[in-house]
Amino acid sequence: MQKSMKKYFALFALPTIIAFSVAFVLPFILGVYLSFTEFTTVNDAKWVGLSNYVKAFSNQDFLNALWFTVKFTVVSVLTINVFAFILAMLLTRGKKGTNLFRTVFFMPNLIGGIVLGYIWQLIINGVLYKFDLTLTFDPKYGFWGLVVLMNWQLIGYMMIIYVAGIQNVPKDVIEVAKIDGASRFQVLRNVTLPLVMPSITICLFLTLSNSFKLFDQNLALTAGAPAKQTAMLALDIYNTFYGKTGWEGVGQAKAVVFFVLVALIALVQLLITRRKEVES
Amino acid sequence: MQKTNRGADTLIFLILFLLAVAFISPILIVLMNSFKGKFFISDTPFLLPNSETFSGLSNYTSGIAKTDFISAFGMSLFITVFSVAVIVLFTSMTAWYITRVKTKFNQLLYYIFVFSMIVPFQMVMFTMTKTANVLNLDNPIGIILIYLGFGSGLSVFLFSGFVKSIPIEIEEAVMIDGCNPVQSFFKVVLPILKPIAITVAILNVMWVWNDYLLPDLVIGSEYKTIPIAIQYLKGGYGSIDMGAMMAMLVLAIVPIVIFYLLCQKYIIEGVVAGAVKG
Repeated sequence: MQKSMKKYFALFALPTIIAFSVAFVLPFILGVYLSFTEFTTVNDAKWVGLSNYVKAFSNQDFLNALWFTVKFTVVSVLTINVFAFILAMLLTRGKKGTNLFRTVFFMPNLIGGIVLGYIWQLIINGVLYKFDLTLTFDPKYGFWGLVVLMNWQLIGYMMIIYVAGIQNVPKDVIEVAKIDGASRFQVLRNVTLPLVMPSITICLFLTLSNSFKLFDQNLALTAGAPAKQTAMLALDIYNTFYGKTGWEGVGQAKAVVFFVLVALIALVQLLITRRKEVES
Repeated sequence: MQKTNRGADTLIFLILFLLAVAFISPILIVLMNSFKGKFFISDTPFLLPNSETFSGLSNYTSGIAKTDFISAFGMSLFITVFSVAVIVLFTSMTAWYITRVKTKFNQLLYYIFVFSMIVPFQMVMFTMTKTANVLNLDNPIGIILIYLGFGSGLSVFLFSGFVKSIPIEIEEAVMIDGCNPVQSFFKVVLPILKPIAITVAILNVMWVWNDYLLPDLVIGSEYKTIPIAIQYLKGGYGSIDMGAMMAMLVLAIVPIVIFYLLCQKYIIEGVVAGAVKG
């Protein structure tokens, strides 16, 4: 069968490979190369070694964005997963209207990031206006605004994954634990949580990478204001590319650093998952 | 025992109900404000429109005119439908081929596809845009190829996982019966792939329809999709027409909510299935 299929390479694999090379492989390789050069139009690239990376790490905007992104990611990953898990527990316990609630809680996830940003800009400014303030008055408003926005967007998504995980926990295991005299909290800690570990891993990964790579919501909600203090990494890289002439190489170096960070997060996550799989 | 259960059920229902109301309220607040005069929106966003602030459909008419919403809607629809169709068709073929024909090259290819899933867009943002310019792909047709390329990692990965679970004997039997690979793919394999194809389609619809940066950089100044039109409406330096903005937000939300309500079951199943990629 392999033999007769091999002849069909051009039909089955080539279209995707061509598109993949144009949209990903080539730009990726070119991107790594350009991070070591100074350029404005690709054709005039001059090799400058590591100087772009040095500039990137001595750039205050980049360091601010990095710190802001890390802080935001930690807070939003924690809040989203705690709330989503509690909601999933409630939904798998109560019986009335389960489907309706699932539909409602998931809905914000379908709305695009730009639209989400402007929805929350209206609401948060509406509240702050009562105190004669605006969203861009202090970076802490932008920070917590993004946290609330991300919670609103992702709680439903993670809840759906947790619900699937909780429903897979065999009922008799919980019954046995209860008969043995385990309290509700003990059942949750020692039976339910270990058995939904795969869902927890997936949700942590999804919230982590989504929070870390956030762009649209950041652009629409504050666009980094005041004074770039609420700009996350993705937005800072965008601003470096398209806002500062002559800094394209530095922008590309920042992008490479960003990629390495995201890859590290994914790798660590994968290693942890593997270890969990060995245990169970 | 049963009585307390019923009591607990009702309490949980009430809690969930209140949370659900809180969850929908941001959308309702935007809807409410889309019928208010633009100067009243920033001051009193949480009050219902009254005789003084009600402005009828004027926000909608001015917003549609300012953003050229009809053509943005058409552009979003065109790009989403064709990109997703192309992605589902070609990545399912590729995934089947590289899973069944086990060469070194195909295995390497598979790992590069998987690798591409973790690469953030910013890494290729600048160089991909330049490549698209050089190859004349900076138009609504060309961007479909870009979407196929950048979206193929996740889709190939999901399809491959599913193909591995299909017993190869079915395909061998079909080929012994005289079908060539093209016939066996379209007549036998593709129908088996239907559930994962729906998942792939849904995940890609959610991505392409809402995507802002890629279309903005590749075709944005000439052809605007809905997210780009909304971002342009904001314009420069706070001169934003809040009324038109509210109306456009409503118009951007409506199509996706209708899509969601129509294929809810598939979307929720698809999200669970797609989550396995972690």
